[in-house]
Amino acid sequence: MNERDLRNLIEAVRRGTLSRRGFISRMIGLGLTAPLAAQMLLHSGVAMAAFDPGYKPTKRGGGGPLRVLWWQGPTLLNPHFAVGTKDQDASHIFYEPLAGWDPDGNLVPFLAAEIPTIENGSLAEDGKSVTWKLKQGVTWHDGKPFTADDCVFNWEYAADPATATYDIATYKDIKVSKIDDHAIRIDFPKATPYWADAFVGVRGMLIPRHVFEPYKGAKSREAPANLAPVGTGPYQFVEFRPGDLVRGKLNPNYHEPNKPYFDTIEMKGGGDAVSAARAVLQTGEYDYAWNLQVEEEILARLEKAGKGRTQIIPGGNIEHIQLNNTDPWTEVDGERSSLKTTHPFLTDPAVRKAINLLVDKDSVEKYIYGRAGQATANFLNNPERYRSKNTSYQFSIDKAVKLLDDGGWKPGPDGVRQKDGKKLKIVYQTSINSPRQKTQAIVKQACERAGISVELKAVTASVFFSSDVANPDTYSHFYTDIQMYTTTMTQPDPALFMIQFASWEAATKENKWQGRNITRWRNDEYDKLYHESEGELDPVKRAAMFIAMNDLVINNVVVVPVVYRPGVAALAKGLHAPLSGWDSDLWDLRDWYRET
Amino acid sequence: MSRYLIRRLIIAIPSLLGISAVLFMILALAPGDPFGELASNPAVPPAVAAALRAKFGLDDPIMLRYWHWLIAMLHGDWGFSFVSRVDVDTLILQRLPTTLIIIGASQVLALLIALPVGIYAAIRPYSLFDQVASTLAFVGFSLPTFFTGIVLILVFSITLDWLPFVYRTDISATGLAGIWDHIRQALMPVAVLGLFQGASWTRFVRSAVLDVVRLDHVTTARAKGLKERVVVTKHIVRNGLIPVVTLVALQMPIVFSGAIVTEQIFRIPGIGSLLIASILANDTPVIMAVTFVFACLVILFNLLADILYGWLDPRIAYR
Repeated sequence: MNERDLRNLIEAVRRGTLSRRGFISRMIGLGLTAPLAAQMLLHSGVAMAAFDPGYKPTKRGGGGPLRVLWWQGPTLLNPHFAVGTKDQDASHIFYEPLAGWDPDGNLVPFLAAEIPTIENGSLAEDGKSVTWKLKQGVTWHDGKPFTADDCVFNWEYAADPATATYDIATYKDIKVSKIDDHAIRIDFPKATPYWADAFVGVRGMLIPRHVFEPYKGAKSREAPANLAPVGTGPYQFVEFRPGDLVRGKLNPNYHEPNKPYFDTIEMKGGGDAVSAARAVLQTGEYDYAWNLQVEEEILARLEKAGKGRTQIIPGGNIEHIQLNNTDPWTEVDGERSSLKTTHPFLTDPAVRKAINLLVDKDSVEKYIYGRAGQATANFLNNPERYRSKNTSYQFSIDKAVKLLDDGGWKPGPDGVRQKDGKKLKIVYQTSINSPRQKTQAIVKQACERAGISVELKAVTASVFFSSDVANPDTYSHFYTDIQMYTTTMTQPDPALFMIQFASWEAATKENKWQGRNITRWRNDEYDKLYHESEGELDPVKRAAMFIAMNDLVINNVVVVPVVYRPGVAALAKGLHAPLSGWDSDLWDLRDWYRET
Repeated sequence: MSRYLIRRLIIAIPSLLGISAVLFMILALAPGDPFGELASNPAVPPAVAAALRAKFGLDDPIMLRYWHWLIAMLHGDWGFSFVSRVDVDTLILQRLPTTLIIIGASQVLALLIALPVGIYAAIRPYSLFDQVASTLAFVGFSLPTFFTGIVLILVFSITLDWLPFVYRTDISATGLAGIWDHIRQALMPVAVLGLFQGASWTRFVRSAVLDVVRLDHVTTARAKGLKERVVVTKHIVRNGLIPVVTLVALQMPIVFSGAIVTEQIFRIPGIGSLLIASILANDTPVIMAVTFVFACLVILFNLLADILYGWLDPRIAYR
């Protein structure tokens, strides 16, 4: 699918022969994100459907307690230091950004008065600046007014390297200036297609200047408000016990009328995913449980009790197998998997294509993940089983055997294929996690039938995902032939995902294995496309570039995508909670209510 | 006796130093680091993780870090959690009441079960009561707590819907209703732990009392015509339970570390779950603080057990 095809699709939406939803699903099927798809439509002048949260209650409060269960307990409440989604979600109870992403990828204003577009003049045509108009009449929980000074402060706070915030990448290259009390202007150093990063979504929650001003820079960790937030959100802070409990009560001065519905909110943490699902679906002790990484048959059984339902939230996580381009078994200058080496057989296209054919994604979906893991061909998202014209997946041991035979890999006396003295023996590592071990077993079985010998390795998750320089078992060291995991953290824009294949990002000893290109794949065409996409303002052209990049990755079998993993949440019966895969689970907490 | 006490206390200090040094070295050498989650997030530039490591002194040599930690500890500064940016003593104090209530109650329950059952079983050895009690005790400490915990949840929470299975520390109802809510939610975890502990103690009490029952002075007491109740309380129990007292005193520090598995199942925010969570997150200050306090308690209770033993049993002399 190239740019012309994309424009034809957009025309179809404008004419009415293709629905907006249909277009967005197609884009997601090609490996893009809903926010980018929505941007494509907007740029081409197709009218935006406003997000309707379906909020019915007519007065504020009276809803009783809302109890939510996050089986990883939040550990801090400052959004700029939020490490995982659990901390971001807990912060979202009290803090709000200027705008959030709805499930269709459109921007919904929270603290902004309106969304900047080229039509209303807030978004510059050259992509170098954007003006946000702030909502009037918003107050912090302690009564002080919310103004542009707070936005400017958030920028200074996050951009300061001494503060060491986790969202520094979003804020350090931009310049934010105050136009008046309720308007700010963000200037970018160069044309930026993805302008809706600062102050939007999970990286955009705003903290008050008058509370955090004395704690900028190195003193940021001492701020008492890190544990007792003062925000603009629908609930005010009551209590916080790290790792255990967050409690909030209704904010009587919330800036939207008749909201929120619930009087108190309690977010409990700890335990495991299965018992969290039970607490919502079987005993009804809790109203909502997050991120249920639970096997399908268990979830289906729990739903039968009828006390609640599970909801699948399309987003951006993909479980994939990476193939090493370098040699993990040769040490060069004290480093294995060094860029100076090449892998003895995984760089052979025949072997790569064969391995691609040996991953039985349908079985993984059917027997392990169920609704929570949909077989996919693309590296970028694929919530529907939509097969892109460019890429497709297949499981066929016979075809793999034929490919290997044709490539000169003949079975040796021990059944393992070899060529020129190199044997097809691979070590396959992943983290310790029941569905992953089962997936490993499925892949190993198929490979052994094709004559590839597989040794399985499982590393405990806290070590596998650590950034410890000295530890050889981390995923970024990649000291095995193939490995498998999910790239985490939903990103509204594909650029941050696709940087994982740019050659300058290769993880090496020199950059302490912190480069984001773990496969160490280097391809000039890909690099060229990536650089072009960084400055391309036309979302349709940009989307075509991402699709082309995705195709390069898939057709060269740099990674083998296994299943696309949407979010899975459990909701109590009658709970109405709009969920989005491009933002936090609690992005629209103000619109949650219970039907009575 | 006081010389013995002072000598033991003085020996305790190098033991504690040694324990803390070993703990620290092991943690420093262990793989993983607290900022690992940052690494898998493509949006966080690597410089941030590196800056944080430098700020918390994670790149200093091990001996230097140990020295800093020791000095801080002696000043009463227990350190600062990397993960939740809270003082460690605040974290521990938040969780202490819950741990003491649940685990303490379970120890009391265990004692209440073990003492009467064990004594009665020993006084009437090989009777029906004894056989049944012994069998149940074997079953009790063979079944792991995560199994009994889940069975209880399935029966009482899911099928019968009598008891909640998620432990809440924030029950707002006061007065009688509040206390009843607390009891309802604590019932299952306390039962799981208490029964498990009680099963092994029952066997121990039984064998300790059995040793005493066959001695001559008990036969004499019975021959003198004393009531059975008096024989049991004044002659048998007093002599037989000395080893039991020692055992209970030595197991007291376990109250502090909590019952890790049970806390996971019932989501009880106790010290045990804090320890596990910080080990998995490589949050060194918290791990050090909790394990160091645990080490101090073990040494303290060892001392207490020795002294108690010497006080109860006049045959023991201190040198």
